[in-house]
Amino acid sequence: MDLTNYFEIAAMILFGIGLTLLLLNRNMIKKIIGFSMTDSAIFLYLAAKGYISGRKAPIVTDGITAAEAYVNPIPSGLVLTGIVVSVAGSAVLLALTVRLYRMYHTLDLDEITDKARKGGR
Amino acid sequence: MTMELWQSLPLFCIILPLFSAALVFMLRGKAAKGFCLAVLGAETVFSVLFLVRIREFGQSYTFPMGHFPAPFGNEIRGGLLEGIVLFFFMLILLLSLVGGIRRLEEHMQHEKLPMYYAMVLLMTASLAAQIFTNDLFTSYVFVEIMTLAAAGMIAAHGAGRALLASARYMIMNMVASSLFLLGIVLLYDLTGHLLMTPIRETLGAVAAAGKYGLPLTVTVGLITVGLSIKSALFPFHSWVPDAYGAASPASASILSGLVSHAYIFLLIKIIYRVFGTEFFAGTGIINVLFGFGLTAMITGSVSAIRQRDLKRMIAFSSVAQIGYIFMGIGLGSELGMLAATFHLLSHAACKSMLFITTDALARVSGPSTRLRDIRGSGYRAKLTAAAFTIGSLTMVGFPFLGGFPSKVNFVRAVIDIDAAHRVPVLVFLVLSTWLNTLYFLRTMISIYSGEKPDTPPEPVHNGAAYALSLLGFIALNAGLGLFSQRIINGLLRGLSMFS
Amino acid sequence: MARRLDPKGQSLYARFLRYLSEGDDRLDREVMHAVDAPPAQPAAETVKAPELPARVPEAVVRRHTRAARIFYLVAAALMAAGISLLLILTTTDLPSFGDDGNPVNNEVVRRYLEDGMRETGSVNLVTGMILDYRAFDTLGESNVLFTAACAVMILLRAGNREERIEIEADERMENRNQDPILQTVTRLLVPLILMFGCYVILNGHLSPGGGFSGGAVLGAAMILYLNAFGSGSAGRFMTLAVHRAVTVTALSFYALSKAYSFFTGANHLPSVITPGTPGNLFSAGLIPYLNICVGLVVCFTMYAFFALFRKGDI
Repeated sequence: MDLTNYFEIAAMILFGIGLTLLLLNRNMIKKIIGFSMTDSAIFLYLAAKGYISGRKAPIVTDGITAAEAYVNPIPSGLVLTGIVVSVAGSAVLLALTVRLYRMYHTLDLDEITDKARKGGR
Repeated sequence: MTMELWQSLPLFCIILPLFSAALVFMLRGKAAKGFCLAVLGAETVFSVLFLVRIREFGQSYTFPMGHFPAPFGNEIRGGLLEGIVLFFFMLILLLSLVGGIRRLEEHMQHEKLPMYYAMVLLMTASLAAQIFTNDLFTSYVFVEIMTLAAAGMIAAHGAGRALLASARYMIMNMVASSLFLLGIVLLYDLTGHLLMTPIRETLGAVAAAGKYGLPLTVTVGLITVGLSIKSALFPFHSWVPDAYGAASPASASILSGLVSHAYIFLLIKIIYRVFGTEFFAGTGIINVLFGFGLTAMITGSVSAIRQRDLKRMIAFSSVAQIGYIFMGIGLGSELGMLAATFHLLSHAACKSMLFITTDALARVSGPSTRLRDIRGSGYRAKLTAAAFTIGSLTMVGFPFLGGFPSKVNFVRAVIDIDAAHRVPVLVFLVLSTWLNTLYFLRTMISIYSGEKPDTPPEPVHNGAAYALSLLGFIALNAGLGLFSQRIINGLLRGLSMFS
Repeated sequence: MARRLDPKGQSLYARFLRYLSEGDDRLDREVMHAVDAPPAQPAAETVKAPELPARVPEAVVRRHTRAARIFYLVAAALMAAGISLLLILTTTDLPSFGDDGNPVNNEVVRRYLEDGMRETGSVNLVTGMILDYRAFDTLGESNVLFTAACAVMILLRAGNREERIEIEADERMENRNQDPILQTVTRLLVPLILMFGCYVILNGHLSPGGGFSGGAVLGAAMILYLNAFGSGSAGRFMTLAVHRAVTVTALSFYALSKAYSFFTGANHLPSVITPGTPGNLFSAGLIPYLNICVGLVVCFTMYAFFALFRKGDI
């Protein structure tokens, strides 16, 4: 049992908490926060994966192009893309929340469901 | 290897809608509509050209996206299966939009229509990219495009229930996206590659060395669960009835016919190209899919029978049919995959048509989608009712239409499994067919029953585009039924070169 | 015959038939109009609350909410613990953190690090990777942002006249609080932030930076300006037409230039784009231009999100 992958463990705990928030909480804003947490956990995991001990960021300095001098650049690129996708998803969810609030004056998803089903609109 | 021009068609199929989505954003009114339809038409033509040429070519080929070969650069891969699926999906997309476009213009504010068309085009690009991609991370990015575009299309309607349905759709899909991304990231951690073919080779070595047993199983589980939630497999189907029921007919038909099916096709591709069928079967997750598929077949139909609203009934029928597809995947055999793929196409063609006709039936009955109000609407809207009848017969499995070869394929696949499990699964199949028939025939009869009205009702003009789209759909369903053997042969050949 | 065998209708089959014909009672509470009826007045959202039935008695509500809250706490704790535990168990078997011999550090990384600067011309190897080796992903990602912008616009943009009137009323209320401190500091800061944003974008291939981070900085500057001076002032140059024009141009340029690059690459045709000398501003082939496109798209999208959330119009 190798428990020394601290960053990975932290990422998984955050992922679990975030996923629970996203699924089980009734408040829309807290769901969005949960979604943000799950994606942040995945980025933390990816950032940890890129690191190699004793090496520097992958920007060529002093003309050194040896592979042993730099950290893995791929996870950084994946995190860049992932952050943009996460922002896009949060934006759409927040816009939906704003519209739902204007219409039903509550952030509680169960209440909104009840009102929508009874109100018929 | 020198490439011929037709081999760049997949690239055009992806880039053209992306570029057009940006352009249509600038246009207004009729120009936007015409441009969007023209691009969709061009996509369909490209897909026909591609299908014809790849059939003669006879094998899959890879197309590097950039100057660097895989695994250093990105790549897409074209083959016969991709060609067939692309053709059907593009045609269904075009027919759905043409059929629902008039209602769309009535529903939405006119300034927002170009944005809707932009989202349809983005969805087209995402569809093409998911069909052709050979890279896991690219597939994740384009899956996100499709999810966001679909959420926008559901919410475009503007009513409270549409917004709520869109919110629930987004929440479930964001859960699924997170799980899918975590699975991809774990897989990258274990193999060091993002492209599908190198992952498979590395996985073979890792599995043979017996390392990373638990992480690999968890990864396979995460990716499968993520895509299954997005495809509305039981028990993750809670977002389906609201989403399909509350959306405008064009959105509902595109969603039900294409979005879930694109994700299922992506899952099939990942099973074949990333994990390999033997490894996937070895993890036992395939049995879970099989079990959920069987359950979906029954519970979907039972829930559909209980519905009093026509659109929700058809939405639950979607859940049941997707259960069929996952049962086919869960069988793990080549015949099972063939049955699943053929049903993917026939269900897409049929369900899209059903959603468009439902809306027209509702308009001449109230407007209301309640089943008791639909009675007798066959006399008020003749072409619509005829199309609905053909759709119902297809879902039930009537010969000469697309549903019959589907059911035959499933029975063939089930008979192939070992005798101990064969009979219970056949019983399930028969039961679900009976349940399907119950609610579809009930609705068909209800449409044509009731007294003929003494005074002919006010004719509701749905437009020539609508009629054209219905005729196209009817031709497509009939074609799937009549030419099924050729399509099945093509699918078999495509599956053999798919991995 | 079924009735003779089972007069009270208690058999499983009878109960099943009753269950089937019960109807899905979620929609059965009242007569519902079809969802397909076009939405009458979207402005009615803020003006008039929808008709709601009488409230559930207080005691029932309190009992339900307490039971629901306890259930939620327990279920949430179990689920979070369960998922985390399963995933943590997974991490025990994963490659170790920071280890050189991980599967992740394979020949792909080696080539990116060793040949990256030579082949792409970019000194920043991450930028070279996302805008050259794996440019298709970045193309998809820009379009994800565009899709989100479209969806948010459909949702939040005030379409008709009633909505616009209300939003302008809100705006007039806000403009009464024009803050002199904020405005003075903004006048000093916004040019500097804009300059910094442009610097980050242009140096994407020379140092840490890139289109996304630079675009976010530019967007932040515009948001600060909007906050300090209100939409009357910001609306003079940040209009919907400008937003559309810039977004469309940037995305089209990106799609077309990358299509050219992919097409020539796959067909092994020579392309006019060359890596150039690493270290110059205009080197690395298409990368500086793509960074500018991406930066503009991100800047305008961030501003659009903020403006749409704030007042429903850009």
